[in-house]
Amino acid sequence: MTDAKSNNSPRQPARAGMMRPMGGGPIAMGTDRAKHFGKTMKQLFRYLRPFWLRLGIVVVFAIGSTVFTIIGPRLLGDMTNKVVDGYIATQAYDKITAQLPKGIKLPAGTTGAKLMQNLPAAELKKIPSDQRSAISKIDFSSGRPTYDFAGIAGLAGWLLAMFIVSAVFGYAQSWLMADMVQQITYRLRRDISKKIDKLPLSYFDNQPYGEVLSRVTNDVDTVGQNLNQSVTQIITSVIMIIGVAAMMLSISWQLTLIAVVVIPLSLISSLFVVKHSQRYFMNQQNTLAELNGHIEEMFSGHTVMRAFNGQGRSISRFKRLNHSLYNNAWRATFLSGLLMPITQFIGNLGFVGVAVAGGWLAIHGSVNLGDILAFVQYVSLLNQPITQAANVANVLQLAAAAAERVFEFIEEPEESPDPADSKSIEAIKGEVDFNHVVFGYTPHKNIIKDFTANVKPGMRIAIVGPTGAGKTTLVNLLMRFYDVKSGSITIDGVDTRDMRRADVRKLFGMVLQDTWLFSGTIKDNIAYGKEDAAMEEIVEAAKAAHADGFIRGLPGGYDMVLDESADNVAQGEKQLLTIARAMLADPPMLILDEATSSVDTRTEVLIQAAMDKLMHGRTSFVIAHRLSTIRGADLILVMENGNIVESGTHESLLKSKGFYADLYNSQFAGAMTDEV
Amino acid sequence: MRKLARFFVPYLAYFVILLALVYGQTWATLALPGYMSDIVNNGIVAENTSVIFQTGLKMLGVTLLGGVFMIGVSYVATRIAAGYARRLREAVFTRVEMFSLVEFNSFSSASLITRSTNDVQQIQQVLGMMLRIALLGPFMGVGAIIKAWNLAPSMTWIMAVAIVILTSIIAVLFTIALPRFKQVQQLVDRLNLVTREFLTGLRVIRAFNREDHEEHKFDIANMDLRKVNTFVNRLLATMQPTLMLIMNVVSVAIVWVGAYEVSTNAMQVGNVLAFVQYAMQAIAAFLMISIIFVLAPRAMVSAQRIGEVLNTEPNIVDPEEPKKPNPELAGTISFQDVSFAYAGADKPVLEHISFTAKPGETTAFVGSTGSGKSTLVSLIPRFYDVTYGQVLVDGVDVRDLKLKDLHHRIGYVPQHATLFTGTIESNIKYGRPKAEPGDVRHAAEIAQASDFISKLDDKYDSMIAQGGTNVSGGQRQRLSIARALAYKPEIYIFDDSFSALDFTTDAKLRQALKAETAGKTVLIVAQRISTIMQADNIVVLEEGKVVGQGKHDELLETCDVYREIAQSQLSAQELQNAATSGELITPEIAL
Repeated sequence: MTDAKSNNSPRQPARAGMMRPMGGGPIAMGTDRAKHFGKTMKQLFRYLRPFWLRLGIVVVFAIGSTVFTIIGPRLLGDMTNKVVDGYIATQAYDKITAQLPKGIKLPAGTTGAKLMQNLPAAELKKIPSDQRSAISKIDFSSGRPTYDFAGIAGLAGWLLAMFIVSAVFGYAQSWLMADMVQQITYRLRRDISKKIDKLPLSYFDNQPYGEVLSRVTNDVDTVGQNLNQSVTQIITSVIMIIGVAAMMLSISWQLTLIAVVVIPLSLISSLFVVKHSQRYFMNQQNTLAELNGHIEEMFSGHTVMRAFNGQGRSISRFKRLNHSLYNNAWRATFLSGLLMPITQFIGNLGFVGVAVAGGWLAIHGSVNLGDILAFVQYVSLLNQPITQAANVANVLQLAAAAAERVFEFIEEPEESPDPADSKSIEAIKGEVDFNHVVFGYTPHKNIIKDFTANVKPGMRIAIVGPTGAGKTTLVNLLMRFYDVKSGSITIDGVDTRDMRRADVRKLFGMVLQDTWLFSGTIKDNIAYGKEDAAMEEIVEAAKAAHADGFIRGLPGGYDMVLDESADNVAQGEKQLLTIARAMLADPPMLILDEATSSVDTRTEVLIQAAMDKLMHGRTSFVIAHRLSTIRGADLILVMENGNIVESGTHESLLKSKGFYADLYNSQFAGAMTDEV
Repeated sequence: MRKLARFFVPYLAYFVILLALVYGQTWATLALPGYMSDIVNNGIVAENTSVIFQTGLKMLGVTLLGGVFMIGVSYVATRIAAGYARRLREAVFTRVEMFSLVEFNSFSSASLITRSTNDVQQIQQVLGMMLRIALLGPFMGVGAIIKAWNLAPSMTWIMAVAIVILTSIIAVLFTIALPRFKQVQQLVDRLNLVTREFLTGLRVIRAFNREDHEEHKFDIANMDLRKVNTFVNRLLATMQPTLMLIMNVVSVAIVWVGAYEVSTNAMQVGNVLAFVQYAMQAIAAFLMISIIFVLAPRAMVSAQRIGEVLNTEPNIVDPEEPKKPNPELAGTISFQDVSFAYAGADKPVLEHISFTAKPGETTAFVGSTGSGKSTLVSLIPRFYDVTYGQVLVDGVDVRDLKLKDLHHRIGYVPQHATLFTGTIESNIKYGRPKAEPGDVRHAAEIAQASDFISKLDDKYDSMIAQGGTNVSGGQRQRLSIARALAYKPEIYIFDDSFSALDFTTDAKLRQALKAETAGKTVLIVAQRISTIMQADNIVVLEEGKVVGQGKHDELLETCDVYREIAQSQLSAQELQNAATSGELITPEIAL
């Protein structure tokens, strides 16, 4: 099922593929505009550069294909001329021989030219100019003139060959372009994925991930598609305009003048239509977004809507939005649909103009029928790239806007690189020191102001505080997801900033409540921290984490595939899997997150037992919710509003009568007043 | 399918008009080559400028008329398509609004959203294209062939050959391309999945130093997509040159063969050229018809999905003969031997549940996840109907009450606090739009929401974003409680609705609620023992069955399950304290 893709970026519902304008038509939407068009194009050009040779070949093929397309009508015109010549010659021959007295034959060697010399001037005038040359070529001695079938066949052969070559060139060009564009989109995506690894976590904490996701898929797609379209169109359009103009001029400058007069007309009218329909397209997008928003909201809040008798109001709002969507939708499509009849009419205007003027010129001998026919085709060939011009501009804008979003991401400032002469710890003891640590997520606001603590090897540290107090801040600092602003965190005396990030992280095992598992087998998920783990090791870790039991109960056991959100395994069981994962990785130190109420009681007991086993003999930092854990801790860090406000043991903290004591006592007071 | 056709009935008259207009458009288009051959035969070859001029004028007239027809077609077609979509959308939406949770869950809300947005949009788009373009195809095709036949029956075979070649090329292309399109969609989904996992699991990935592994996974997905995309694009790229080639070859062939026809006086030069035009029009017509085959499958899938929604009858509706609630039993809820199983499930979620909740009492439900607590309370507002037994509200079976009357009695606070787009005020008075500003403020105060509201720039007029994403979970929960309070019902249902509140707020809120809900019936579903310890009646659920009922102290003595839950949350010492002194019960420090 391709139901509601969750990658819809909230910022740009229009781009999410969910709400494309209906009918589409020949008008590309220009609602998205790049802020720095030139800069973005330059960056995009960098991606094109490795393909310069191929791009050159594409241009050559495009020129070849287009040139043959341009020559085609001319040759077809010549072919028609040969037919017309034959027709006129036979007609003239028949007319003249019919007028000759019976039995009289023209002497051998009599040609049409000789015949005409002997004609009286008055008679000669009656013969139209462009037929005179045909007549003058007739050789009456060799009988009735025949059609130049050999010449016609020759031209037809040439034409066929040319059209085939043109098609081959055209195809070769698209063939190369398709691969090139796909390579560029591939590279853009690859660069984004490489960038994800280099960005500090702070970037993602401040950015909804749907945003990044939409750059990887939608924006890169838009760049690719529009690049393909616009590059090819620009190349062929330019060649087409130049080539066709040249051919037209070579036939007749007078006719060219008439044809050119029509061009601005169709250009202006198409711009007019685009401009007016775009307003309705935009209204349509907006009402569609609003309507879809209403539907989404009502469906996801269905129970509340029903419980509070909200149907009537919901439906009447829907009807209002649906009505205005209807009005905008048909107007938008209808207006953009005007483009075709209007340009067609103007095109025909040009056709009639050319036919009338061409007929007149033909009678006066400066052009012939084949030329007029060729010319008519050129007029329509010329119209194509010109009406496309407005479209190409829009397409380029779209590509630039999407490319800009991609490049913005690629240019985000990266994490500081690992130190060149990094230190590492050979035999880890597990002593952690916080020395006057200062930290804040924003430059101007520090949430940890001056924190010092010494954690001895094997100690158990409880981190407590209300929801949203920023208990993960400490995790972030220990794992170097974020760096301290001043002061330092040392492990066995080594500043973590002097170590490679990867080496710091190897020292810690992490079991968070936000249990991230990837789609893959349970086996692979447990072995995530130790790639080459043997099956026995995996089972052993699962057993130690009390996960073996439920895993064996699942269809497929260890080979069961967890799906995207791993809905087929309960939350508590997922946490057991992450404990098994940490067990297998066997890190010297731990960061744990205790289960809260979303896990049922029995699983919670299992999780607790597994965690106790895991913590045994390891320096452990526990985000604690259970009183027993807190009381048993060697050190309690009390957090409020992101700051570590107190630290000490349970007893010493109670004695100091600070925030912790308040909280602890309020529990008792709460229990007494709590009579609901 | 038939359901969807029904919505087209109002447009049948429009459709007839559309057919007439399409006929007119076809006539105008097919007339042009005839005028052109007149210009050639009687004008240029015969050298008659006035014929050229007059025929030219006629041509312009026909073009103008054709343009008017075309605009008419576009007008009628877009109105039909947009109007049809409007009716369809409304039908789907109103139908879904009537669904109970049974029907709702059988689709999932994400799927229902796509069905009423995307799928309808898809049908509107395809219908518009069909009416505007594809309908013209058969008219044009038949017309052009007849015209060509009249002109030169001996040359129509060229057209036939061209059309056969063309359609077979299109058929071959699409039989190869269609499965690849699906493959592309799957690979895009795969890339999305890999990226989403990459982003959501960033901390874990970095913690385990598996960046390279994820990048490699991404690269494989990226490369696979690139390969198939390249193939599909190259395949589709053959379309344009092939089409051009066929049209060009047909033109050459007609002029070539036409030369012999002219030489035997079977045809005039102008007619050969007109024949070329008809051939082009016939080819264009077949292209238009082939659009149907590209578009139809997409629309069929959408139509089917919409049909499924429209064919689903809501099974929780107003009774035919509603009964009046008994005023003497106002606020009383009574479950009588209630069992419930989800449709299609063989194991019931609830079995033989009986209890009574009276006004002025608090009834609490505890049990581990999956024990059926939330399902139980959702039977009261009839989100589901019982499978066996009866649920009585105000002394009447809920199935005999009008839904509106039933819902008026119940203030429901769901597990996941849902807010709607609007202001804080409009959200609080969602249930009672006529509530006075004073009522709204009072409700907010009780729900402990007035503090944070007063800190906002626009106070009660502050905007709430779609789904309430711009306020925190705890604030959302408090507003959702305020909404139930402003509703002034006789029954309150709190379905695990204090979970996101910190301890102090939780305590204050429950203190304030106590006065507000005095004399009302209160039902609380909770995970924490501390929340429900003081209830008048605690119902302990285990796998859908009642395993204990009574007050906290009694249950500690008599109910194993309750004791087990309590033990897991309270330390032995605290249990001891509770047992000896009856106070100082400390739950897990819910700090």
